[in-house]
Amino acid sequence: MSLDVTALRQQFPILKTQIDGKPLIYLDNAATTQKPQAVIDALVEFYTTCNANVHRGSHHLSDEATRRYEKARTTVARFINANVNEEVIWTSGTTESLNIVAHGLAQKLQSGDEVIITEMEHHANLVTWQQACIKSGASLVVIPISEDGELDLAKFKAALNNRTKLVAFPHVSNALGTINPIKEMTAMAKAAGALVSVDGAQGIAHGGVDVQAIGCDFYSFSGHKLFGPTGIGCLWGRKDVLEDWPIWQTGGEMIADVEYQQTTFGTLPFRLEAGTPNISGAIGMAAAIDWFMGLDQHAIQTHEKALLTRANELAADMQGLRLIGTAKNKVGIMSFLLDGAHPADIGFILDRQGIAIRTGDNCAQPLMKRLNIPGTARASFSIYNTIEEVEAFFRALKKAQTMLA
Amino acid sequence: MQLPSSQDIIDDLAFFDDWEQRYQYIIDLGKALPGLPEEARTADRLVKGCQSQVWLVSRSQNGRLQFDVDSDAIIVQGLLALVLAAYNDKTPRQILDFDIDQYFEALDLERHITPTRGNGLRAIVAKINGLARNAVH
Repeated sequence: MSLDVTALRQQFPILKTQIDGKPLIYLDNAATTQKPQAVIDALVEFYTTCNANVHRGSHHLSDEATRRYEKARTTVARFINANVNEEVIWTSGTTESLNIVAHGLAQKLQSGDEVIITEMEHHANLVTWQQACIKSGASLVVIPISEDGELDLAKFKAALNNRTKLVAFPHVSNALGTINPIKEMTAMAKAAGALVSVDGAQGIAHGGVDVQAIGCDFYSFSGHKLFGPTGIGCLWGRKDVLEDWPIWQTGGEMIADVEYQQTTFGTLPFRLEAGTPNISGAIGMAAAIDWFMGLDQHAIQTHEKALLTRANELAADMQGLRLIGTAKNKVGIMSFLLDGAHPADIGFILDRQGIAIRTGDNCAQPLMKRLNIPGTARASFSIYNTIEEVEAFFRALKKAQTMLA
Repeated sequence: MQLPSSQDIIDDLAFFDDWEQRYQYIIDLGKALPGLPEEARTADRLVKGCQSQVWLVSRSQNGRLQFDVDSDAIIVQGLLALVLAAYNDKTPRQILDFDIDQYFEALDLERHITPTRGNGLRAIVAKINGLARNAVH
């Protein structure tokens, strides 16, 4: 069955926005996705009917808030096929999740150890490990990519050795759209005895993440790239790894017993969740997952592929357009350059036509340097985008090309 | 190149009745503005913008400040021409007395390219005013 995109779009109030009399065409989905009414309603409903702090237990509202908040954890655990709920740690987003892992890792690393990353990292999956290495004296090893934006698996395999303590890579590249063979890479890294951390920021919205099947130790992601609220995300980690992972922040909620001179910390998941959590965010994120899983997964994947295919056809027909990132296995992220036009200029002219794209370094300065480009313009598609929008985007792009020529 | 005066630019922009013409005018201003040679685009002359890079070189001649600018984005270069029309070849006192906010308002630029957006224009204005202040003291 094909996806009824018109009906789907009606669930997103913001998509009715007009910009200078033109309908908004939102193609910045890799930065953040829009929110369906079901998510907006879940946030309003929480604050309207059961706002209270959680795990304090002494009254009806607190019990109800706690129940919904922990039910949200179950929703996430099922969504990614975690073994147990305690493996799901609430965070503010992918960046905090990665920081929990890197902060703990820095305490375990020593001089001579190695941490492996790739050339296609977002700054969040680069600066974190770089700083852990600087603190501990370990070395950061960077695996190269091809001109197409695919990881060099042979070099990846060759870089693994018994000094490799952790391997970090993105499920999907935010700048290039490349889907990495994460199961294969995880298997190679585990065979070398390394921990494996997957940056799932861009991977999570494309469905079918099964952390047990991947075999990694950590998988980090955000709610806001999955139709949920900003400021909420998760760190999933294997229970036996997280159980004695160095604590992140200290304070309330994460303790068992406190005396003036010492503290016994609590157990998972609370030991890594200090302070009052983002309760409404967690509930909103679960609402987003429930909403997303209510869609025909096959139909949305087919639709996403159709959007990218149409965009690729139109890109191939456009003179002077150069795609950045042409991996065989890609999500609907299209980074590109136009001959003689700076990405910022393209962005200005598309914006004036109601079209939202990203321009700049894509939070990946070393990658841009590696590709010898100042940055890119990037259009990223989501399930509520239409083929007509993709076509309108290319018409607007041609106008930009003519104006800038 | 002889830059049009700030009043000329205000009059020109008011004449156009659609956004494409206004954008094209700014793009053409940017193209007409001589940039800086590669070797002059040094890190110490870089003014931090947001989505594009902007370089500024200044010198004083007969008590007036002269500016050369460059940007890797042509629309930003055009917006820089608007700024230079107001500030170039003026005394430091004239620069400090010029009401740039009122000028931007009179230009009636669309919000997409208005200098309050993170496109580096504000940073250039602040830098030029700083140079003028230093010259006065």
